[in-house]
Amino acid sequence: MADPDFNAELNRLRPTLMRFAVLQLRDEQSAEDVVQDTMLAALQGREKFSGRAQLKTWLVAILKNKIVDRIRQRSREAPLPQVGDSEAEDFDALFQADGHWQEKPSNWGNPEAALQQSRFYDVMELCMNALPENLARVFTMREILEMETEEICKELAISTSNCWVVLYRARMRLRECLQLKWFSEGVGAE
Amino acid sequence: MKTCKEVHRLVSEGQDRNLSFIERIAVRVHLMMCGACRRFEAQMDFLRQALRRFPGP
Repeated sequence: MADPDFNAELNRLRPTLMRFAVLQLRDEQSAEDVVQDTMLAALQGREKFSGRAQLKTWLVAILKNKIVDRIRQRSREAPLPQVGDSEAEDFDALFQADGHWQEKPSNWGNPEAALQQSRFYDVMELCMNALPENLARVFTMREILEMETEEICKELAISTSNCWVVLYRARMRLRECLQLKWFSEGVGAE
Repeated sequence: MKTCKEVHRLVSEGQDRNLSFIERIAVRVHLMMCGACRRFEAQMDFLRQALRRFPGP
């Protein structure tokens, strides 16, 4: 790819990278920093990259690493606030007294179909943004940045069992949101 | 016999830790007999796959 094209593509993808970083870090300034670093790394490593199709994937991979570094650094500098267990949120309402589902979970179908659609990811982003910050922080470390549960618990100084509870709650909320905003709209699975 | 309520928690936790042998057997036996929990398990797999590819195409 010629230089002007490459630069133009970088600039075009910048807002996407920013939104991604803000979602993970929940802080405009830190997000700005990691995106800046990513653009710089992309420019320096340009020859390792070929083809416009994977530019976004490549940039997101760099960005993920920068975000993980930032999270590690941040948790060393100032311990993150506890992911309190105060809100006794559970999902009992989904079950009958005898432990059976109130309502059978719906068939979401084959993921491939949805995952090809950028509209699906618009809804996903909306649902991720709707998560409370303490849940979102742990959940994105686990599912998007693909960090090990052990490390997340250590970085955030929370107990492993608390970690599991938080991840569970985030999944349940996300599931609820996607069910409502994507799968019930008749655009997802049959 | 574990209930759906117990099993759905283990399905989620199974994504974050290694379930014990006993837990794995209990979940597997339950899933064999329970279509609702199989649906739930499929939804959890869906979520994981989707998030690994975030922000999408």
